[in-house]
Amino acid sequence: MAAYVLRRVGGAVGVLWAAFTVSYLILYLLPSDPVAIMLDQGAGGERVDPARVAELRERYGFDQGPVQQYLTLLGRALTGDLGTSISSGAPVAGLIADALPQTAQLAGLALVLGLAGGTAIAGLASWTRAAWLRDLLLLLPPLGVAVPGFWVGLVLLHLFSFTWFVFPAVGNEGFSALVLPAVTLAVGLSAVVAQVLAQGLREAWRAPYVEVAFAKGAGRGRVLAAHVARNGSLPTVTVLGVLVGNLLGGTVVVETVFSRQGFGRLVENAVTTQDIPVVQGLVVVAAAVFVTTSLLADLAHPLLDPRVTTARGAR
Amino acid sequence: MYPTSRQQDAPLRRSARRAASIAAVLGACLALAGCAGTAAQGAGQEAGPAEPAPGGTLRFALGAAPQGVDPQQVGTNVSIYVARQLADSLTDQDPVTGRIEPWLAESWDISDDLTRFTFHLREGVTFSDGSDLTADDVKAGFDAIAGDLGATAPLAASYLAGYEGTEIADDHTLTVVFDAPNAQFLQATSTVSLAVLAQETAAVDPSERLQGEIVGSGPFVLESYTQDQGAVLTRRAGYDWAPASAAHDGEAYLDRIEFSVVPESGVRAGGLASDQFDAVGDVLPQDVPQIEGSGGTVLTRANPGVPFILQPNLTRPPLDDADVRRALLLAVDRTELVDTVLSDAFEPATGVLASTTPGYVDRSDRLAFDPDEAGRILGAAGWTPGADGIRVKDGEPLELEVTYAPVFTGSGPVLELVAQQLRAVGVDLRLRQVTAAEQTTAQQSGDYDLYYYNVTRADADILRTQFSTAQRNLSLREADDVVDPLLEEQLGERDADARAALVADAQDAILDDALAVPLFELSQSIGVRGDVHDVTFDASSRLLFHDAWIEQEG
Repeated sequence: MAAYVLRRVGGAVGVLWAAFTVSYLILYLLPSDPVAIMLDQGAGGERVDPARVAELRERYGFDQGPVQQYLTLLGRALTGDLGTSISSGAPVAGLIADALPQTAQLAGLALVLGLAGGTAIAGLASWTRAAWLRDLLLLLPPLGVAVPGFWVGLVLLHLFSFTWFVFPAVGNEGFSALVLPAVTLAVGLSAVVAQVLAQGLREAWRAPYVEVAFAKGAGRGRVLAAHVARNGSLPTVTVLGVLVGNLLGGTVVVETVFSRQGFGRLVENAVTTQDIPVVQGLVVVAAAVFVTTSLLADLAHPLLDPRVTTARGAR
Repeated sequence: MYPTSRQQDAPLRRSARRAASIAAVLGACLALAGCAGTAAQGAGQEAGPAEPAPGGTLRFALGAAPQGVDPQQVGTNVSIYVARQLADSLTDQDPVTGRIEPWLAESWDISDDLTRFTFHLREGVTFSDGSDLTADDVKAGFDAIAGDLGATAPLAASYLAGYEGTEIADDHTLTVVFDAPNAQFLQATSTVSLAVLAQETAAVDPSERLQGEIVGSGPFVLESYTQDQGAVLTRRAGYDWAPASAAHDGEAYLDRIEFSVVPESGVRAGGLASDQFDAVGDVLPQDVPQIEGSGGTVLTRANPGVPFILQPNLTRPPLDDADVRRALLLAVDRTELVDTVLSDAFEPATGVLASTTPGYVDRSDRLAFDPDEAGRILGAAGWTPGADGIRVKDGEPLELEVTYAPVFTGSGPVLELVAQQLRAVGVDLRLRQVTAAEQTTAQQSGDYDLYYYNVTRADADILRTQFSTAQRNLSLREADDVVDPLLEEQLGERDADARAALVADAQDAILDDALAVPLFELSQSIGVRGDVHDVTFDASSRLLFHDAWIEQEG
């Protein structure tokens, strides 16, 4: 078990390094110059003195060769220094530290809602004997995946903020501001959870141990809870690791629609202004989240299914 | 935090507000001349509250995130909405007359050769930290802009081009010295870019200044600023040096202004209509009915400076042919642009300067829509209609590409309509939409046929900084002996009338050579609730909140 964890952590470090390097390469190869972009914004259309651009490029180290720049950035990143934003001058670590808790709250609530919603749909569809209800419930996941989050957000805003003032339309303050964006994010998530879970449960119902359980006299609900759910949810747990990572991507749209401060807004602004240090910091943090969640999902498998641990441990 | 503080009581107040706002909107319509009917007259003015009342918090939704809050470093409209309230300038430009009036400087003397500007500062002005505003503060600010700060304050630095230094005679008298005549400098002292900050601020790191480490003397003080999120401003106690163009002396009426960044225009309009905001920026045409339907009004003012234009790259055939460029001037139906894809808030361009720019001359006669004449010019220049309707010369079709960044959201639809209009005279205009970042790159490499942009400045010197071959020169043209000399001479002309004559000649010369195809004037479009009054525009069409007030109930 310890060796397994060690191996996975080693792999995670490799992923982080790769994310840092690839993002550097892409940003470096872009033809545009982040310093010129930043100055052009501040100049309001006036001409920017080329000497000023050169001066700032030097200040940010952009006048060095690509390899040297890379090594400087990597060396700094290893000591925890992610540099400063080109467009605002604020430290990148601080920007991310401010944004991440906001997004964590949002993603956390969305995850809870999405899991609850997805489990309810799949569980009900799996438990019921009414074919019409099952068919109806299983129509929901494709629908949930098909509607864009942007549209869901605007509809929710229109109904629950502009028409009936139940929740505020914008901002980060308090739980009430969290509800609508979290619901928006949860729609797509619950759809995927419902789809994968329903599939897993359907297969688990056909397993021989189900017949054994029935033969022993267990009721339908007990069989579902004690036997089917445990085995049928394994694929969902695996997918969940990826879904949590995808939530981060979803926040770009949701945080813009709901004017929330957070990771997604930071990504959007940094990419449009080509703010290299910020983009790189965000890529590394996002990669860390991905790696961590999929590691946790893998570690959770043995808890649900003891066969997983013995199989891996024997290798 | 920003928009929520008044939400608890909002539903209770809404009906009372609505009643008051119906009356207020009637009054506002008169002022805007937007409602032609006579029914509203009289009633609106009487029903409206007579006196501005101090107090209250104004919740303002910005359409984009400010770059920061340092008046000297920021250049975008939304940044200036915030930063302008924090600091005052040496002079004030009257938005109606365009004249330069006293503000922190009570008077000034300018040397005959326009190289020495002596300012006599008003006494008794203090910064928000309590210290006196003196000549040392002004000098420290200008020295910083001409020095290291200039790298990240390009707009302010461009106003101080040729700066030699500031001489201090006494605490309240200083002389700014340039190495060459500088007629634009006096107007520049009225801008937010050259606002006066405390001398300690000049020593602060530029990025910390952007994040809020600044001390000014303005009617509001920064309480907090969160990047990409918003800013909170509070009233400056004891403020008593508003310029003459302000409606009242003394402190601002509002207790607080809470700016929040709300990128979606529909959310801004919906938030205004549902009383989650008191005022919103960047109102799009499709959101106007919702705002007006909820009792609000939309305030507009055209930005001075260069209106939205297509600037031809003269190194790219066929735009090196002046006849092709002249035909473009006549082939665009500007009225149709405004009527179909924009709104009442916008005006067709009537010259190479916007109508709110001092020194502007109306050249709508030269920009009249005349597709027949455009076709005749093209035909005479050898461009004959080809099989698909696109003109051809020597086997080459008349194809052009416009590079634009949709920073202003109406840009795409406007250019699509322009393309249709040009197609009618046999010109194939293609749209190349890029990000603001990519546009900067295209500009530096000269990789464009037509460059689409506008620039805000309430002084005709903007023509020099945009069109002179020694300056931005997006046309990439060679120096000439007509346009360039006119643009340089106006900078050295002391007499206002003589300078205006030179500027008028320059506007004609630019049109003679068709160095710009003017399209429409950008307008600032601000939605305010019915109970919000006297949010005003300065001469540069940026917002002022010193006179703004909200009706207080009870």
